[in-house]
Amino acid sequence: MSGTTITSGEYIKHHLTNLTYGQYADGGWGFAKSAADIKEMGFWAFHLDSLAWSVALATLFFFFFRLAAKRATAGVPGGLQNFVEWIVEFVDTSVKESFSGRNPLIAPLALTIFCWVFLMNLMDLVAVDWLPMIAGIFGEYALSMDPHLVFFKVVPTTDPNITFGMALAVFYLMIYYSIKNKGLGGFLSELAFQPFGKWGLPANLILEGISLISKPVSLALRLFGNMYAGETIFILIALMYGGGMVLGAFGGLLQLGWAIFHILIITLQAFIFMTLTIVYMEMAHHEH
Amino acid sequence: MNINATLIGQSIAFFLFVLFVMKFVWPPLMAALDERKKQIVDGLAAAERGHHEHELSEKRATAVIKEAHEEASAIIGRAQQRANEVVEESKGKAVEESERIIETAHSTIEQDTNTAREKLRAEVSLLALAGASQILEREVNETDHQQILATLSAKL
Repeated sequence: MSGTTITSGEYIKHHLTNLTYGQYADGGWGFAKSAADIKEMGFWAFHLDSLAWSVALATLFFFFFRLAAKRATAGVPGGLQNFVEWIVEFVDTSVKESFSGRNPLIAPLALTIFCWVFLMNLMDLVAVDWLPMIAGIFGEYALSMDPHLVFFKVVPTTDPNITFGMALAVFYLMIYYSIKNKGLGGFLSELAFQPFGKWGLPANLILEGISLISKPVSLALRLFGNMYAGETIFILIALMYGGGMVLGAFGGLLQLGWAIFHILIITLQAFIFMTLTIVYMEMAHHEH
Repeated sequence: MNINATLIGQSIAFFLFVLFVMKFVWPPLMAALDERKKQIVDGLAAAERGHHEHELSEKRATAVIKEAHEEASAIIGRAQQRANEVVEESKGKAVEESERIIETAHSTIEQDTNTAREKLRAEVSLLALAGASQILEREVNETDHQQILATLSAKL
């Protein structure tokens, strides 16, 4: 808990607000101090916490995999290499199963997505109060801010900006490879002349357009929805710690159970994001 | 639930990290994996070859042992034959030798007989002479009768 003076609603809201840095209406840049501030900033604002954790986790992933790649030998692999090879082979198998084209980007893309999304999801298993509390203490004493105004969301995938950022990146790649492999005409004719032939052109455009747009949207929202819901449940469970011994103990049990269940979810979500990306890439490479 | 520029930042970071992984992580790992796969394939082939060679040499060894067995039994046969020959040979020799010994004994006996006969003859003539001289009870001129005695002795 961040303090005794705030209500449950405030507590939840606090936990679900990002550390936002952006431009105020009057032109100055600064950290947002409330939801109203964030609204005022509009599009040109950054969620520093999401971005920082996202980049930090990607760097961590890259660091370890690069280390393993540097030391990789064909001989008996060590612990790190063994672990990395296990993941790489798993991803490689998934790619080979779903992707029939030849593109050196797809497998590294899948590996990055799987590991990165998994690590970002993994942050959900860190008890919800720890890192925000540390951030609050840091903000209070180092930056002399009101700790209640230090917003700090730890799980980047509970931020739709992060999931949409990745889904849109996948979407760009989809469009790029579609046009590259089928030509602009091929890509557009797939939109215009399927599934009803040229006389059903408007219906085709609507159907195919929706199906095209729905790909990144569903990709982003599925991950975001799952993680946001999981995070919210963790926050609700954390609320129980303030409700006395019995409720607190029950909350502890619940948290443990939910965390164990969540291990499955975070892995599954990372895997789904990866697999769908591979499938979309396959669709972009071949006529369907 | 605010969509803002974080999205762009994440997209850029995403492309950068994918690029990094494609450049620096994936190729060396795949190279190591492929290399190991090749080594394992080679190792299996070598094992197969070794197995085959082992089988071949086992066959060769069996053949050599069989040959040696045959040779040994041939040698034993020859040796037995030779032994029989030797036995036969020595048997013949022994017979010859015994015949020779018997012959020698025969000739010795004959010789002894002759010698004894000579002796006997001489003694008998002496006895006859003594008997005759006693019978005559007179001096017999030995030289006169020498001729008669010699004739007698030759007749004996």
